[in-house]
Amino acid sequence: MKARVFVTLRPSVFDPQGQTIADALHSMGYGGVQDVRQGKYFELDLDAATPDAARALAGEVADKLLANPVIESYRVEVD
Amino acid sequence: MKFAVVVFPGSNCDHDAYHAVKHVLGADAEFVWHKEADLKGADVVILPGGFSYGDYLRTGAIARFSPIMAPVVAFAEAGGPVLGVCNGFQVLTEVGLLPGGLLRNRSVKFLCEQVHVRVEAIDTPFTCAATAGQVLRMPIAHGEGNYFAPPDVLDALEANRQVVFRYCDAGGEIIDAANPNGSARGIAGLCNARRNVVALMPHPERACESAVGSADGLVVLESAVAALGSDGMLRTG
Repeated sequence: MKARVFVTLRPSVFDPQGQTIADALHSMGYGGVQDVRQGKYFELDLDAATPDAARALAGEVADKLLANPVIESYRVEVD
Repeated sequence: MKFAVVVFPGSNCDHDAYHAVKHVLGADAEFVWHKEADLKGADVVILPGGFSYGDYLRTGAIARFSPIMAPVVAFAEAGGPVLGVCNGFQVLTEVGLLPGGLLRNRSVKFLCEQVHVRVEAIDTPFTCAATAGQVLRMPIAHGEGNYFAPPDVLDALEANRQVVFRYCDAGGEIIDAANPNGSARGIAGLCNARRNVVALMPHPERACESAVGSADGLVVLESAVAALGSDGMLRTG
């Protein structure tokens, strides 16, 4: 079973990379892009019998390693 | 009295730390590979700078699961003096011995330059030989040194006087222009509540001899000697 984990900086945390990308887009003429937040994306191949078990396992590894809860939050999707 | 210098794959200031302790300070030093199961009887532990595990995922995120980190955490929780420098600071936040985290520099640039920091607390085993308000000139070399913690955590750090070093100008003034990376409240280094775990982004071990531009960092290592004394017992504050 596959799971996708999206890790992003918490809204209260300044994202200098996202800001730099937004600035670049503005200089390219894309004024319609108001803001950019950069994050990380993980594809997990899981040995799990059910979507709930896959979601639980993905959440556990996100809590322990993939995301740092001090600065980041995450979202899990399961096929 | 012996210093352990922990070596992770990708550490690159381990030899600087070893040299500063052994050849400049004149204390015993020993490298401890990250797969070791114990700290070889060390009295002081240094987590050095570098790029452990290539900074994959997040700085320090994978090193904190190295086998040596369980003994490091146990040593710290027993009150043993632990110094984290640069990547060592990042590892200590990831493992939870220090609050907050280190974000990408606000300029998004890797910074390699000399900075000044003001000693904000001298009741730690790595600042007890300094004077309060002393200004130290040391190099930084990092891409992720922008200290972040939520406002309530920052307030608690200030209330408990856990901010140990703050970026300042050459005269000791805390101004934003002297803050190289955007760190919250100009924080360059801090300690845990018990005050035995200290970490900073600047490199004291690279500023221990005037031949390399500054000897200001030596006081950090001399403090550990003063704090431990001849019997190896920690006494600060």
